[in-house]
Amino acid sequence: MVALLLLPLHPTFAQNKNPYSTSKTATKAGEFEFRINCALCHGLGAHGGGRGPDLTQAHKRHGDLDADLFRNISQGIPGTAMPANGTNGQGVGMTDEEIWQIITYLRSVQVRAPSKNFGNAANGKKLFYGDANCSLCHMVNGKGGRTGPDLTSVGISRTVGSLVESVRNPSQRLAWGLTEPTKEFAQRYETVIVVTPDGKEIKGVTLNEDSFSLQMMDTADNIHLFDKDKLRAIRKDSKSLMPVYPPATLADKDLNDIIAYLLDVAKK
Amino acid sequence: MRAIDVMKKVHSLAVAICFSSSIFMATNACGQVTFERLLNSSKEPKNWLTYSGDYGGHRFSALSEVDTSNARSLVVKWVYQTGATGKFETTPLVVDGILYATGQDDRAFALDARTGRPLWMYQRQLPPDIRPCCGRVNRGLAILGDKVFLGSLDAHVISLDSRTGNLVWDASAVDYTKGYSFTLAPLVVKNLVILGVSGGEYGIRGFIDAYDADTGQRKWRFYTVPGPGEPGHETWEGASWKIGGAPAWMTGVYDPATNQLFWPTGNPSPSNRGEGRAGDNLYSNSVLALNADTGKLNWYFQFTKHDEHDWDATQVPILIDSGGKHLIAQANRNGFFYVLDRTTGKLLSANPYGKITWSNSKDSEGRPVPNKESSPTRTGRTVCPGALGTTNWMSPSFNAQTGLFYVSAREQCDIFSTAPQPYEAGHAYYGSAYFPSDEAEPYWGALRAIDPGNGSVKWEFRHPSPTWSGVLSTAGGLVFTGDAEGNFIALDAATGHALWHFQMGGAVYASPMAFEVGGKEYIAIAAGSSLYAFGLP
Repeated sequence: MVALLLLPLHPTFAQNKNPYSTSKTATKAGEFEFRINCALCHGLGAHGGGRGPDLTQAHKRHGDLDADLFRNISQGIPGTAMPANGTNGQGVGMTDEEIWQIITYLRSVQVRAPSKNFGNAANGKKLFYGDANCSLCHMVNGKGGRTGPDLTSVGISRTVGSLVESVRNPSQRLAWGLTEPTKEFAQRYETVIVVTPDGKEIKGVTLNEDSFSLQMMDTADNIHLFDKDKLRAIRKDSKSLMPVYPPATLADKDLNDIIAYLLDVAKK
Repeated sequence: MRAIDVMKKVHSLAVAICFSSSIFMATNACGQVTFERLLNSSKEPKNWLTYSGDYGGHRFSALSEVDTSNARSLVVKWVYQTGATGKFETTPLVVDGILYATGQDDRAFALDARTGRPLWMYQRQLPPDIRPCCGRVNRGLAILGDKVFLGSLDAHVISLDSRTGNLVWDASAVDYTKGYSFTLAPLVVKNLVILGVSGGEYGIRGFIDAYDADTGQRKWRFYTVPGPGEPGHETWEGASWKIGGAPAWMTGVYDPATNQLFWPTGNPSPSNRGEGRAGDNLYSNSVLALNADTGKLNWYFQFTKHDEHDWDATQVPILIDSGGKHLIAQANRNGFFYVLDRTTGKLLSANPYGKITWSNSKDSEGRPVPNKESSPTRTGRTVCPGALGTTNWMSPSFNAQTGLFYVSAREQCDIFSTAPQPYEAGHAYYGSAYFPSDEAEPYWGALRAIDPGNGSVKWEFRHPSPTWSGVLSTAGGLVFTGDAEGNFIALDAATGHALWHFQMGGAVYASPMAFEVGGKEYIAIAAGSSLYAFGLP
């Protein structure tokens, strides 16, 4: 009796194959749904951006099968900014049918050939932990610094273009990550400088902030907890703490190697 | 047995309060809320009898125990947890020591207003296939006699017994599978329960309904999109009126002197695409002056014609009487603060109260006119304010003592895109999307105090990110609001200086209210999954 009552609520959970497959009508309908529900983070055309991964890539970190995509859209991906269907409180939830239409659309824009390996990942790893100094601020798989974002999965959650931009022009998209849908995640993109009551200047990144308090990490990875009204000054800098790496400092070939390493790590 | 004990306790509490209260209550059966009491709510500031606290939408409390000199001593008096997830958007009602409120998924409950201890709880069994936009929310109840009223996510109007929570009547308004729902707190006028429908994301045909409070029988319906042969029908291209949207998803206000409702309406559908619905698209994004007995339209004023940015005009309007003038003021989602003459519906002023990029000029009536380059495009165009607006459904407040209008403003620009989309009943129908502009500064918000006389901003209190909290002002010279970071804040109503705050551990998606019980003033606000009541130690 209980099973009978529950079954109609989730008729497609047992389904792991897209019922629409390559239907053109479903592809078109899926595109509308994608624009309404997904483009906010994954961009028009599913090419990703600063917030959500490029979904045109055949390989997806949280599963490549239709059933994986269905699960990820329906239930969200814990520990990431990907919300469960209908739970982000803005916009409407999707029916199972609409989710399958979105999957049909994603398959239609999927890049068939895997992106070619354009760098030497082994050399990239050496640079990451060595001469390029990335690991002073960034962690990969638990190894590295803390001031910058963890880069373990960045190779798959960001486009190559945005990775290149982050290195060549790190302040360009500093606002990314501060938007409302991802508000609950750490805001380690914003540079903050405070002056303490005894005149000491501390520079670092904002961990969290409200009208009355500030939590920050300085460049030596120390956490500081402040009441704003007790500080002499608080300054925000639109310039990222991430140094600019022009081609003279980091050659295109070396940058490609580092990105190849990040792509490689992210896929594992 | 325990339930009976609880009820006995409640009765003795209520009786005690009734006897010790004003002569006003002596004329009413205890616990009975008459229309006269609703009309004269300002004479019993201990109670909060309607969504906005009074018929004029002021969200002002005449209580003054908590004031600018002692606000820094405020403490939590009690917390009630709904145990539900999702946005908790309620404004409670309080009548003679009992608090009534709603929660997520169409819960309703009654609490001992002194302690937060529950008296009863109701939860509607919602069908599994509802898909309300923007969360499974409910913003509150209306009360009359011994009944409370709520609108449900499956588009029913429901009456519960105020002492037990038992279902009294249940009226289906419309087929929810087409995208209709109710999320607002109804408004009771005379013997009518009045509410407007949600569903502007689905290509519904909006309406405002009135139901007999005793029987649940529908007394009138006003379609916010005129049908063939009705005035305004010509403002819709072809058959677009059938799916024209114009929901009425926030609680309107009422002017007893003229027996008129002033009810605000939302966006035309599809929200992001004007092609296919050429014309002004009446009565979307308007305020409607309706005869409360019949639902007949006396006048309308449309804030945003032929909207392509989802700028619902559903913000609670406020009735202000000043210098012999009968005004209606609204801080609109499109970024302008409007003042109208509510006798005629004529526009008196429209001034921006946040960053706007969509209008550089005004028409002969003084109404802001959209710039040509503000329409959404296929690949997207940045416009300020964003789709969520300079403000949204969170309530503003007007304090006649300071003469200021307080509103939570959002500073956020969006990229608006558009694409053709066929209508399919019950499916989201936006005509594409909006998303945050990367080039714009990170969003922020502010509580702003506006002088309705000239539209100028007297002070602002900045929030690090935009808030979804409404505003309460009190006779204690205070303004209360919440923020997205979970703080509840008391500010000096004259200066905007923050006097006190408390971290509640969850973002605020609600508007505060105040009440008094046992001679003590309380201020209540929902945050996270909890309802908080604050007071002096």
